[in-house]
Amino acid sequence: MEETATERAAIATRALTKRYRGGQTAVDRLDLFVPRGSVFGFLGPNGSGKTTTIRMLMGLVAPTSGSAEVLGAPMPGAVRRVLPRVGALIEGPALYGFLTGRDNLVRFDSADPTADPRTRAARVGAALDRVGLAAAAGKKARAYSLGMKQRLGLAAALLQPRELLVLDEPTNGLDPQGMREIRTLVRELAADGTTVFLSSHLLDEIEQVCTHAAVMARGRLLTQGTVAALASSARGRLAVTTPDTSDAVRVLKEQGVTDLVVVDDRVTGDAPGACELADLNAALVHARVRVRAFGTERASLEDAFVALTGEGFDVAG
Amino acid sequence: MSQADVVVGGARAASPLWQLSLFRSEVTSVFRRWRTIALLGVLAAVPVLVGVAVKIETGGGGAAGHDGAGPAFISQVTNNGLFLVFTSLAATLPFFLPMAIGVVAGDSVAGEAHAGTLRYLLVAPAGRTRLLCAKYASTLVFCLAATLVVAVSALAVGALLFPLGDVTLISGTDVSFGEGLLRALAIAGVVALSLIGIAALGLFVSTLTNSGIAAMATTVGLLITVQIMDQFPQLHAVQPYLFPHYWLSFADLLRAPVYWDQLLDNARLQALYAAVFFSAAWARFTSRDVTS
Repeated sequence: MEETATERAAIATRALTKRYRGGQTAVDRLDLFVPRGSVFGFLGPNGSGKTTTIRMLMGLVAPTSGSAEVLGAPMPGAVRRVLPRVGALIEGPALYGFLTGRDNLVRFDSADPTADPRTRAARVGAALDRVGLAAAAGKKARAYSLGMKQRLGLAAALLQPRELLVLDEPTNGLDPQGMREIRTLVRELAADGTTVFLSSHLLDEIEQVCTHAAVMARGRLLTQGTVAALASSARGRLAVTTPDTSDAVRVLKEQGVTDLVVVDDRVTGDAPGACELADLNAALVHARVRVRAFGTERASLEDAFVALTGEGFDVAG
Repeated sequence: MSQADVVVGGARAASPLWQLSLFRSEVTSVFRRWRTIALLGVLAAVPVLVGVAVKIETGGGGAAGHDGAGPAFISQVTNNGLFLVFTSLAATLPFFLPMAIGVVAGDSVAGEAHAGTLRYLLVAPAGRTRLLCAKYASTLVFCLAATLVVAVSALAVGALLFPLGDVTLISGTDVSFGEGLLRALAIAGVVALSLIGIAALGLFVSTLTNSGIAAMATTVGLLITVQIMDQFPQLHAVQPYLFPHYWLSFADLLRAPVYWDQLLDNARLQALYAAVFFSAAWARFTSRDVTS
């Protein structure tokens, strides 16, 4: 049986738009497609509309126009049917300081009408174990560090087996060890078949964990696709290490290489699309340029990002 | 547990009884706050103050109070400790009790919005209508608890400091202490009922802002304004529609036969306020963007 597109999508939006009072357009005709089973990285500078998008997907903010489907059902209409199958961490954790870590989870679990009170204690315990908070479960959340709060927020998202996890900056406030643990956790969950929708500031984190990614800037979707395709869309630069830099620049220019930059004994540039790299090397050697190293630098997601947005990652949009 | 066990055909089956978890969680959250305990502590202290003051004032054995001055029934407290219950409720109903309700109701939604926990309750998903109902219901539980705290504290202080015995009603008839106690319980019920209007008002204000403090201050401010308006003879025409207008009608339960007119007026007015402001709160809360 052929599945329809919406059945294969964990999240699908069509021309999703949010204009806040005052005329500011936070999200502008967004067409997002998150395949089921993917680990989807959601990228964009601060203020690019990521959080507003997530809030619309979770039924917290009503779209001005356009539509959104989560797990095949329209949002915000099907909130009660959809959200029990979704775990979410939105804009950092928010906790009741006067309750213990465990009681915070009990409270959030009580809010879910599909959560069985008979298994509550066990599920809360398992979620605490999973994020490594079991030892601090009896402490008041007020006394938690940011990293512990983040873990508790994650635990709340893991109180039930979920089909979709929406994690907004999940490693924020964690130390490197904690970040690694969270990444491992995300991979484990993805291996179980959970779709993970992950927004992050850290491009290498997205690159390490995600299969797919989308890039937003100023409320618009710039691109989406597999991480591999996105990274390769930003072409790698040719890099030659040689003591004869001026000769190398001359030869490469003759071969049609553009944007040549010399730093110490390294010459980098953009090779023309149709050109065979081996011919370039042969041309260099033929001109008696001594080559120590020759190759292309692998394009990172960051290169792709800068190429797309034309700005650094942490610049407010 | 694998995904497949649980998510067959979409949503998990839910028992209707599980829906009550949120209400229970709301009530425990309200009563586990230091602020709530402090409020109840202040309310419990009022009868102690009144009782001790009356005791000291009448140390020589003379009649208590100065006729017509002070809270209702204060002159009878020395003869019968049970009257301290009526006096304390009459003393706390105009401000202390509704202020406590205003704090709890005003903070109910706005406080969660301010802390950010509101978004997590909503994605749990609590359901906006269900969450609002649970919030209002837990505020009503607090109304009853606050009233009972005053009544029980007053009864304890009254029993300690003054004699107990048959109760002389306002209409002059004597009833047994047991019946007096029953009437005291009924009065506590009426007082708690008198607070549902301001509870709904506070809930509505609470849905308008993301600041718990602002919502509490606004609710208490409204209470004070309305109480002042209720004092001006020039505003005679609107006074029957002000929610505190019939509050002290609970004294009519101390007559034989009971005068029902104002008691019923009070009940109707409170029901009207509850219906209007709960609907307004619902309309606002179910349509608003949660951006905190």
